[in-house]
Amino acid sequence: MSVLAIAEHRRGELRPVSLEQLAAGRALADELGGELHTAVIGGDVEAFGSDLNREGVDIVHTVDIGEEFNHDVYTQAVTQLATELNPTVLLMPNSVNGLDYAPAVANRLGRPLVTDVVDIDAEDGLTATRELYGSKTETTIDVHAEQAAVTIRPAEWPTIEADGDATIEAFDATIDESAVKSTVKGFEEVGGGDIDITDADVLVSVGRGIEEEENLDIIHDLAEALDATVSGSRPLIDNGWLEKDRQVGQSGKVVTPDVYIAIGISGAVQHVAGMKGSDTIVAINTDPNAPIFDIADYGIQDDLFEVVPALIEQFQ
Amino acid sequence: MKILVTVKEVAAVDDEFEIDGLAIDDRYVTADLNEWDEYAVEEAVQIKEAHDDVEVVTVTIGPSETDETIRQALAKGADRAIRVWDDALADAGLLDPETKAEVLAAVAAEEDPDLVLTGVQSADDGFGATGVTLADKLDMEWGAVVNDLDLDLEAGVASVHRELEGGVEELTDIEIPAVLTIQTGINDPRYASLRGIRQAQSKELAEYSLVDVGLDAAEIESPLEQTSLYEPETEGEATVFEGSPEETAAELAELLAEKGVTS
Repeated sequence: MSVLAIAEHRRGELRPVSLEQLAAGRALADELGGELHTAVIGGDVEAFGSDLNREGVDIVHTVDIGEEFNHDVYTQAVTQLATELNPTVLLMPNSVNGLDYAPAVANRLGRPLVTDVVDIDAEDGLTATRELYGSKTETTIDVHAEQAAVTIRPAEWPTIEADGDATIEAFDATIDESAVKSTVKGFEEVGGGDIDITDADVLVSVGRGIEEEENLDIIHDLAEALDATVSGSRPLIDNGWLEKDRQVGQSGKVVTPDVYIAIGISGAVQHVAGMKGSDTIVAINTDPNAPIFDIADYGIQDDLFEVVPALIEQFQ
Repeated sequence: MKILVTVKEVAAVDDEFEIDGLAIDDRYVTADLNEWDEYAVEEAVQIKEAHDDVEVVTVTIGPSETDETIRQALAKGADRAIRVWDDALADAGLLDPETKAEVLAAVAAEEDPDLVLTGVQSADDGFGATGVTLADKLDMEWGAVVNDLDLDLEAGVASVHRELEGGVEELTDIEIPAVLTIQTGINDPRYASLRGIRQAQSKELAEYSLVDVGLDAAEIESPLEQTSLYEPETEGEATVFEGSPEETAAELAELLAEKGVTS
């Protein structure tokens, strides 16, 4: 009745979700009355292994294979480790890389997979909580199986900071190189413009609610009036209306300005991941149920095309 | 060369809505082509336009009501479509990624594509796992969250960028045949032309049951059961400015001035 959580690292650093999984995993292991195992695959496994030795972890498994993430290698290694340990719940991050190997592992193990879980308990069988329809609703999912694979949404659990007294064990995975059919060639920073939005004290950030590219003029006017920098949510960048390096969110930049003014942004979880650390968050949106109001400090629930010009006037 | 594109009709929910049991009441729901799939269709059609002898086939799991959405993909340049549905699928409840991949794999086994493109996720249930599950079932290579694709058909390699978190992309070479899950922003999806819409009406849209694709109802039994649907409690403690746009703008301006935000 154990839990196994697979850590994630990139370019020499453990990602925070690795430690959040330990909180989720420890709670599950307590409910199941079993041990919490965690594993790190590739990179400096010795250093990662000792970093993963946090409170509540029983065993850290280190798998010394390769440097960076490769899904073919991860799929084989995690499948072998999970077969050996036979955990009741296999936890993986609901990250871009997590979603690049977790479904294959679940398929090979013949386990049901529940992804992007925001809450989970094992008190009366496994029940996972997920969001549907872009965070507008939540749903509970009962898993009718003895064992499951689960990916957890980053930043939903606290990270475990306290040191632990886990046993650290090396696990020898046997990688079939002929089944490795992808090669990671390197990484590239997303660029585009010459502005670093992570440096800005004030961000005027715009989302899908702006409707048309030409409507962006009022956003630029507002930014000028406030001596602020313009940033945006994913749809604006996808449409090519703003440069890629102005994107705020999970796949864009994480920003922490003094003031973040979210205009016509609904507040999808991927966006919120990039701006929730802002000192003061102001939201302007017509939809009073928009999730952005859940994290905003101040809000105006009205038409941005009326509010923004009125605001510009205030500063002229 | 054949490209199979998975196409799903998703439910877009109004700002205001009511829940009816385990679903949103129909009155507040609009059916649409899944946004991520729209980019996958466009990518396939662009590959077709850049190379000779490429056929683009779409596959959908869904009832006949989804035909209109499938025709959107045909109008944008897909050559023909396959739709799988029957009573067993209608009664199956929650179709989890494994179940969907099982059905799609059965179609893919028949079609034998060189490349399968799916959206990264669907806008409604958002599992984000069907594409990679499908790849593994087909014993194909894969790449998740692809936002740039350069195909070298002679070498049999897809050079992709995978969009990681935090403004970083991973550059990876993937052997084909492969399943690639396509991220929004990879291209600029076209609007269907009037001619395309007319042509779509006469393109083949084949309807299959589970038996037609070689499966029986027992193979699509999902171990996942949806047990509730509710609106999450809002944790918001925002101070909401009330009044006319001029009044709320004035209050906000005052706040911003207090915070030292002025030019």
